[in-house]
Amino acid sequence: MQLKTIKTHRAPVRYFEGGKGQPLVFLHGAGGIAADDPFLAKLAESFHVYAPLVPGYVDSEECHEIRDMLDFTLHTLDVVDALGLKDPILVGHSMGGMIAAEMAAVCPNEVSRMALIAPSGLWLDDHPVADIFTKLPYEMPALLFHDEEAGKARLTTGLALDDPKFLQNFLVTNARQLGMAGRLLFPIPERGLSERLYRVKAKTILVWGDSDRVVSPVYAHEFKRLIKGAQLVSIPEAGHLVQLEKPRETAAAIQRLV
Amino acid sequence: MKFTWFNLMPWPYLPDDFREKNRSVWVDIDQALFDPEKSHEVYNTYMDLLEYAGTVGFDGIGVNEHHQNGYGIMPSPNIISAGLARRTKDVALVVLGNSIALYNPPVRVAEEFAMLDCISGGRLVAGFPVGTSMDTNYCYGQIPSLTREKYQEAHDLIIKAWTTREPFAFNGRYTKLRYVNLWPRPIQQPHPPIHIPGGGSVETYDFCIDNTYSYSYLSFSGYIRAQALMKGYWDRVAERGAPDTSPYRAGFAQTICVAESDEEAERLYSEHILYFYNRCLHVYAGFADAPGYRTIKTIQTGALSQYAPPRAGYSKLTWKDLIDGGHVIAGSPETVRQRMEDLIRSLHVGNIFCLMHVGNMPKEKCMYSTKLFGEKVLPKLRNMFPEFADDGRFWCKPMKQRVAAGRLPSDRDAAEAVSRVTA
Repeated sequence: MQLKTIKTHRAPVRYFEGGKGQPLVFLHGAGGIAADDPFLAKLAESFHVYAPLVPGYVDSEECHEIRDMLDFTLHTLDVVDALGLKDPILVGHSMGGMIAAEMAAVCPNEVSRMALIAPSGLWLDDHPVADIFTKLPYEMPALLFHDEEAGKARLTTGLALDDPKFLQNFLVTNARQLGMAGRLLFPIPERGLSERLYRVKAKTILVWGDSDRVVSPVYAHEFKRLIKGAQLVSIPEAGHLVQLEKPRETAAAIQRLV
Repeated sequence: MKFTWFNLMPWPYLPDDFREKNRSVWVDIDQALFDPEKSHEVYNTYMDLLEYAGTVGFDGIGVNEHHQNGYGIMPSPNIISAGLARRTKDVALVVLGNSIALYNPPVRVAEEFAMLDCISGGRLVAGFPVGTSMDTNYCYGQIPSLTREKYQEAHDLIIKAWTTREPFAFNGRYTKLRYVNLWPRPIQQPHPPIHIPGGGSVETYDFCIDNTYSYSYLSFSGYIRAQALMKGYWDRVAERGAPDTSPYRAGFAQTICVAESDEEAERLYSEHILYFYNRCLHVYAGFADAPGYRTIKTIQTGALSQYAPPRAGYSKLTWKDLIDGGHVIAGSPETVRQRMEDLIRSLHVGNIFCLMHVGNMPKEKCMYSTKLFGEKVLPKLRNMFPEFADDGRFWCKPMKQRVAAGRLPSDRDAAEAVSRVTA
């Protein structure tokens, strides 16, 4: 994966690009994405993958002016446009899934194939989505992964939280990334999507880990109910980061859009 | 010097094993710990103590706003202040303050502060905190990375409402109002003095300096640990080219307990001090700092939240730790005077917020400590900055002729007055 920059109306956007095949845009979740993401590598085996970063993520410039759901939606449509893509396969995980679903609802004629991996965006009082903002680093693996131990190895390797210099960088990164994510997800990750999903025309695949403890699999059925014709692929022994725990199975589900 | 007697209004009935059995004193505190019937006496005692402080030499009595908080049962300081305005005569009412990003629309603050200023005859000192992450983000749901922008807009609206004498339209991002037309408006002109509680944000320093507001550092960790932060502020005052370095540009909160001797202070107050420092400040680290609440610049300057637990985890602080560390200034009037002088000089602060009711301190001890400070300590500190004695920019300016509560005539006199009219 190569890290590149594209100009958009709002801000210069950093994005990963790699692979060959049909164009596919992947929108990351609140946790961000790294160059060595195994799921991107898997997708790149079959697709020409573009994975733009939300402003403020990794080394990308922040953009104070992207404040609300419509701003994020239009900005991301701008990114697709700036990349010169017409109706790419749109894939989004968690917060990225929320943005993808909004794009498909706002511009139903520009999004014909979409995969939503454990998307945020809906709220059921009986199944509250986890509050990721109050979680301490050591609490994250159990929340995000089916296999807590493997998740711990993945998330905390290289975290030197006792080193003040490291801690400061960690806090700055958190403030930049989750600060932006908070505009869509804080304090409740719901911005009216349920009232707009009727507009979606895209062929839609929903992918959910059976052990998702952030956005309960109950939401898969709610998305299925609200998006006409949506198909659900449930993946056993996978948590909220299903695409990291089961990259092969998740990529196979996306193949159904081809 | 201006001394304000401050009461956080802690809930005094947190159990001994509170810290072991609960993850946080704030945000998701166990509601079963609050007893509304017991609170009846607690509230009235706390208000009595504030009123008492107004009679023993303090310049102001102070209240603040916290939500879902075991050491602050005062989500609305304005309600408390309204009671105090009626029952006190001369002291300033220091409301430190209203978290203006939380009021919808924020003209509510302009209105309520105006009411307090009018009822009290111009005795209001107004505070505009951004609010802690616990209050503002977790209890009141504001989006962390947009909180400061919303705060700024609320501030601009309130000041414009206070200073504009005809209806105007306000087209903000967070508040849109067609007819802003403040009624009533404050006695103090152009508006009551403004204090801004802050915790080390560079942006807040600049905001205070540029607007001639007083910067208040409301820490519980005492004056020794505050040196670096206050130095940062005064360096910024110099850098920014402020016209003066008046100590009234700054305020500091300090826990203080006075007794006849140092030994008596420990004997009398230790239990209550430890209740506060070991029980009331038990805040879950996940609530201390919502990502995006503090600016990148502030994180980079190393201003970590005072609510984040020490990295080694909680340990039980002792009286000696707290005295040696300067968290608490306690002892005989002479000991307290010396340390207060040290505080005032080293931080260069003219406004002192005296935290004199601490934790589960009973009213008798609180009165004792308060009276000793008011009579034996405060007068000796009063004139520490003679060169700035006439700096009135950061304090209220009450009307000369004020009325007191309870001035209705007797029923007989009222009836006579009526009969004179009808005759």
